[in-house]
Amino acid sequence: MIAGKKIKVVRNERPILGGVDFRARPGQVTAILGANGAGKSTLLRVLCGEFTPEEGEVTFDGRVLTDWSPIELAKRRAVVPQSSALSFPFTVAEVVLQGRAPHANSHERTADEEAAIAALEAVDLAGALDRDYTTLSGGERQRVHLARALAQIGLDGKGKALMLDEPTSSLDLRHQHDVLRVLRRFADSGGCAVIVLHDLNICARYADKVLLMHYGRVLGFGDAKAVMTPEWLSIAYGIRVEAVDHGGTTFFFAS
Amino acid sequence: MPVEARDSSWSSVPTADSVASMRDRVRRRRRSRLWKLALLVALLLGAMAAGLTIGPVRIDAREFGALLLDWAGGSSATAVSESSRLVVEQIRLPRVLMGALIGASLAVAGAAMQGLFRNPLADPGLIGISAGAALGAVGVIVLGHRVFPHFPPAIAPYLLAISAFLGSFVATVVIYRLSLHDGKPVVATMLLAGVAVNALAGALTAFLTFFATDQQVRDVTFWLLGSLGGTTWMKVAIVTPCVLVGLTLIPLTGRALNALLLGEAEAMHLGFDIARTKTLVILFTALMVGAAVAFSGVIGFVGLMVPHVIRLAAGPDHRFLLPASAVLGAALLVTADLVARCVVAPAELPIGILTAVLGAPFFLWLLLRTKAAWQP
Repeated sequence: MIAGKKIKVVRNERPILGGVDFRARPGQVTAILGANGAGKSTLLRVLCGEFTPEEGEVTFDGRVLTDWSPIELAKRRAVVPQSSALSFPFTVAEVVLQGRAPHANSHERTADEEAAIAALEAVDLAGALDRDYTTLSGGERQRVHLARALAQIGLDGKGKALMLDEPTSSLDLRHQHDVLRVLRRFADSGGCAVIVLHDLNICARYADKVLLMHYGRVLGFGDAKAVMTPEWLSIAYGIRVEAVDHGGTTFFFAS
Repeated sequence: MPVEARDSSWSSVPTADSVASMRDRVRRRRRSRLWKLALLVALLLGAMAAGLTIGPVRIDAREFGALLLDWAGGSSATAVSESSRLVVEQIRLPRVLMGALIGASLAVAGAAMQGLFRNPLADPGLIGISAGAALGAVGVIVLGHRVFPHFPPAIAPYLLAISAFLGSFVATVVIYRLSLHDGKPVVATMLLAGVAVNALAGALTAFLTFFATDQQVRDVTFWLLGSLGGTTWMKVAIVTPCVLVGLTLIPLTGRALNALLLGEAEAMHLGFDIARTKTLVILFTALMVGAAVAFSGVIGFVGLMVPHVIRLAAGPDHRFLLPASAVLGAALLVTADLVARCVVAPAELPIGILTAVLGAPFFLWLLLRTKAAWQP
């Protein structure tokens, strides 16, 4: 559903991405892994059209990104940034309802309200409607933005895509899993989820496909089990990574 | 690949209760906003009535009522004296209208700039947009007749307005470009760029006064402090279309400005055409500020105070903030002008001094309040 071909990005004469190929299918959670500076966020920003690569092209549902009208794209694809610059005292409900912007001409206020509430319930923030966004903790803010994205495209993933840049970086243990579970369900209902992740164990538990990056290149791409091996992870992170098996689930740790 | 079992609470249709409470909330907010807007309009009408009746020639309520009735085409038992009519129609009414138009312009320009720069400290006066307009206007006042020795005096006011618009437009574009870092506006850079643009425009303006006659210097100085004195119907007629175009078009960007507060990329992913929004906001704030500065001089802090008060009362939603700021800004400036012509009567205080006395402490308070938010 989302594909990038031979993507090259050069900044200050330094190659950030050196010919990356990427594919994400509907019905799957595709995770992008790699060390700091490996180019994960840059790749995600290229894939969602925030900036144009020096070489290569990105397609969404078979059409080149630049051929999409912004509104049509916004109805089918939502992007959640790592952190948002919002510093004005909107209420949580107002922020989430902003996700309905692409549907503004439908005049279906009921649909807007239902989508917003369903999204807030999905991230466990239905009780926070009236709270001032600027007083929320970092983790709560991340969940509000996820809810905004879910309100935008709906919880039913069919024909939709959700792209997230480290959505769990400020979340506590429970909410990390809550958020990933939301993504998992989104994918199970036919959606295409692309996510930049840091936590190997979260990734191993929820991702179907993994793109492992190393200095702007692809180290491995394929089924999570096949790519996430101690050998490759050790190379990618520059530290010895070991794996243990616990009740059928593989856990990774640095040694 | 372990896949979580679907749990029963997962459903794309939320409970009817929570949707009803959300709908109730939305409806209540809409109603409370209508009330607030009605209150603001009442405030503006009150300020305008005061502005028309109070002054050296006092007009009592009955005479004012008769005059209003007369304007509406009716007739009244109370006669309106010719002198009262002249004072109100030829002196006070254009001035009150000018005050309302300029107050609305400055407040809406401030609110829109704050949305565009994503911080509440952007004010046309503070970040040098008014200074740019002032430079353009002073250039015409001082140099106009040298550059175009034969231009008919009748087009001078138009030339003044166009030149002030160009000045404010260039200043806005320069400051916006300078304050961007990696595509994001940086508050500190914006304020410092504003200081620099203010200083440069001020220096060039001062330099121009070298070539001015004594009379021109006095005009320029008084005018730089801001005043609505000398308002004529002709000036009102030039300012009105500029302001009305801005006041009509800028509120259309309300939803886009809301999204822009989330960040430029976020607004783009919500389907907004951000380039168009930015162009629209920059062009029409420049037009409104240019028109305002051309005929009333530099009146600072209105664009800072008014949107902030509205945000405190009703939140930052631009769909309400922009129209409400227009009404409150108009009321504030009409009132300030009334005070300016009454406190030292028969002389007049420049209105810019009044707004600065109110606005500067307000700005410091705002700065202290938001300091923590933009420390690196």
